[in-house]
Amino acid sequence: MRSLLVLARRATLLAALVAWAPALANEAPAGEAKPPPVPEKPGHFEAQPPPFSPGIFPCTGCHTGPGDKTRRELAFHDDVKFEHDAEHRWCLDCHSNENRDVLHLSNGDPVPFTESYRLCGQCHGDKYRDWRVGVHGKRVGMWDGQKTYFLCVNCHNPHSPRFKPLTPEPRPRRPEEMRR
Amino acid sequence: MTAPRKSLPVVQGEAQGEPEPAPGGVTRRGFMRTAAAGAAMAALSACGIEDFFRKSFRELSKEDVKALLARLEKKHSAKYGKAVTMAGTPVLPGVEFGYGLDLSRCVGCRRCVYACVKENNQSRSNPQIHWIRVLEMEKAHGVDLAHSEIYYEAAEVPRPGHFYMPVQCQQCRNPPCVKVCPVQATWKEPDGIVAIDYDWCIGCRCCMSACPYGARQFNWAEPALPKEEMNPVTHYLGNRPRPKGVVEKCTFCVQRTRAGRYPACVEVCPVGARKFGNLLDPQSEIRRVMDTKRVFVFKEELATQPHFYYFYAT
Amino acid sequence: MSGILDFLGGCARLVARGNRAYYAWLAALAVAILVGAVAYAHQFSTGLIATNMRDQVSWAFYVGNFTFLVGVAAAAVLLVIPAYVYNWGPIKEVVILGELLAISAITMCLLFVLVDMGRPDRFLHILPLLGSPNWPRSMLAWDALVLNGYLALNLTVVVHILYTGYRGHHYDRSFVIPLVLFSIPAAVSIHTVTAFLYNGMAARPFWNASILAPRFIASAFCSGPAVMIILFQVLRKTTAVQVKDEAIFKIAELMAYAMFVNLFLLGAEVFKEYYSATEHLLYTQYLWSGIGEHRALVPFAWLALFCNVTSFLLFLIPRTRKSFITLNLGSLLIWAGCYIEKGMGLVIPGMTPDTLGEIYEYRPTATEWSIAAGVFGVGFLVFTILVKIAVPIMTGTFQKRERAGEPEPAPAAVP
Repeated sequence: MRSLLVLARRATLLAALVAWAPALANEAPAGEAKPPPVPEKPGHFEAQPPPFSPGIFPCTGCHTGPGDKTRRELAFHDDVKFEHDAEHRWCLDCHSNENRDVLHLSNGDPVPFTESYRLCGQCHGDKYRDWRVGVHGKRVGMWDGQKTYFLCVNCHNPHSPRFKPLTPEPRPRRPEEMRR
Repeated sequence: MTAPRKSLPVVQGEAQGEPEPAPGGVTRRGFMRTAAAGAAMAALSACGIEDFFRKSFRELSKEDVKALLARLEKKHSAKYGKAVTMAGTPVLPGVEFGYGLDLSRCVGCRRCVYACVKENNQSRSNPQIHWIRVLEMEKAHGVDLAHSEIYYEAAEVPRPGHFYMPVQCQQCRNPPCVKVCPVQATWKEPDGIVAIDYDWCIGCRCCMSACPYGARQFNWAEPALPKEEMNPVTHYLGNRPRPKGVVEKCTFCVQRTRAGRYPACVEVCPVGARKFGNLLDPQSEIRRVMDTKRVFVFKEELATQPHFYYFYAT
Repeated sequence: MSGILDFLGGCARLVARGNRAYYAWLAALAVAILVGAVAYAHQFSTGLIATNMRDQVSWAFYVGNFTFLVGVAAAAVLLVIPAYVYNWGPIKEVVILGELLAISAITMCLLFVLVDMGRPDRFLHILPLLGSPNWPRSMLAWDALVLNGYLALNLTVVVHILYTGYRGHHYDRSFVIPLVLFSIPAAVSIHTVTAFLYNGMAARPFWNASILAPRFIASAFCSGPAVMIILFQVLRKTTAVQVKDEAIFKIAELMAYAMFVNLFLLGAEVFKEYYSATEHLLYTQYLWSGIGEHRALVPFAWLALFCNVTSFLLFLIPRTRKSFITLNLGSLLIWAGCYIEKGMGLVIPGMTPDTLGEIYEYRPTATEWSIAAGVFGVGFLVFTILVKIAVPIMTGTFQKRERAGEPEPAPAAVP
């Protein structure tokens, strides 16, 4: 039964992945993603899908069971540069050891990747509070209707959350450069 | 003295109640209307004489607005080779738009500037018109316009020690531009948007002198709008292609916002610095901003009372 | 009716005939007008991008000329006040020439507004009934009203006086005097409303000063009469028009006082800016000492000051005022000083730096110079035609003849 559920969840997420492939970039597209048809429930936000690297999810594809809890340098995920309070934390402080397809809160409760904001909100409560009402972060869609939230991780890489500088668009033309 | 109606007549079959007729409008215009009978108008429309004797948009009847929009749709569809729609969507009831800009977040990437251009059909060159201008200033000096730079070029933004302040039409509650316009070509709509009738503007540029925010731009020449870049979903008061010799500015994307959507600049901002919503809704993000953040208004001493608020979220 | 046709016919003959200098003058004006017309055709088809105005400096050469010429038009009142309020004979004889100048100046003002508009084809929009003028809030709507009203007023008075003079009758005092007296507040109003146009803009701290309207009036009273002084001397030499020396000297004396007020108000303005030294100082600073490498206006600012102070002294000191060489020099200097002050010294610093602190240094293009030349050509042509008709009427040589052989009537009583 459990494996069937896992299979179903995998299939859904894979479909979502394929359908929203352009949304995987860390930068937000200009309002092209359509909000999912699921109605808004209290505490649940219509959101963009998590920006997985291609092929990385579901994690249980490789991680079949609980692993070594010892804090160490990893062999496989060495492309992940970890700069998120690295002195005091490592992977398994957020990723669930028992089931790599979910994250976990500090009391151990599992949190799916689609609701990762609940985990971020544990430490960044003020940001979470602001994000819920649209003051922090980004929402697209209808200002008076259905909106799609951008997950925290759609803008902030959870392993290296500090914003990287952007390349600006070209400067405007000066008035003396506009001649006829 | 002319007393045009405050809100636009309903068009395209949206049932929102009968708008009251313009006070004295029929009798005063009676002569002009009978003189330019419908058939004559159609015949003359080809040579533009009909435009010469047209009334101000706010004084047109419902049928005339519908006819006008249809005529303009046809004209622009032919010119740009695509199916152009032009709405005359009136003010939504119970709505007063508010805009928030988070100065602690803006990185000066200018994505908003170009998303706006793409959405709103500005002239691309000679003149190049941008409704949003982003000022780069030094954190050490704060908001110091004399030492600001609009033409900054950098490999990466934000540049260390600098902050960025985008400026666009503030949709003032007490707009100096509306006060000085000699022909009432610009006015304040009840939902907060300061609108321009591009077909009534005489191009005197009084409003540009009066605007404290440099928010109004002028079509110094025939606008250069390539067909393939033209956005065909337009509104009469918003992003429809403008003619030469008239003033234009940000309209809070009236073609989007009166259809319930966010403005283009809000949606494209990659750092979530832009907030938008209904000031009359206490649950809206803009009201939350005003309730919980340190909000200020640009050039407050001029008492323009904008609908545009700058704030610091952190 | 036939009388009017005769009159018009006579006017046409007067205008068409003259000496070689006259034809050369007309030819020069025609060239200027043609150059302006061609340039305007180019601007009309291309758009105002043919000028150097841009969003950052959206009012410039045309509006500067307009502002200066409104002052010139208002200056007719400097003749009217001593003539009618103080009943001073020597000036009374020549007031009509001031009114002719006012008509020409207003014509140029209206033309400058027209060439500055982005959509001159929509001028109907400012008219009542056909358009939707923004009364009472818009100063430009008021300006349209008072300028046209002042033009109509002057035209009415002039046409009446000239036509009755042509008929050999005295003009109707009960009709003319009230209108002429009304032209005093009317003249003050045109320049005050124009000043309010700038004054009311909170967005432009350089203009948003209470001192602007008084300064406008003061400098208006300097510039217009300068033309009159030179014109009177020309007319005295070339026609039978009598202008007493004391009339000319009195005008110059009044101009000296006006220039004193102008300089005093300038001093007050400069003190306020430099002493309180707020951010608003930036605009005054741009004008007088430049900002960084942006110094385009500085030479003009000091040149205008030099012209104004020099002419003030020349007009104030009786010896230089009463010597025609220094008098004429002073007139030219005052014209130049006020012209620079109203154009480069007012419009450009008001917009530089712009509302977001950007500095765009504006210089007129060839198109703008050409169109301005054309407008001045039209204005001077109008003035020439009017003077060519008025002077013979004033001196009695252009009169209606009832029958042949009738004795020549006495010279028309000139206002």
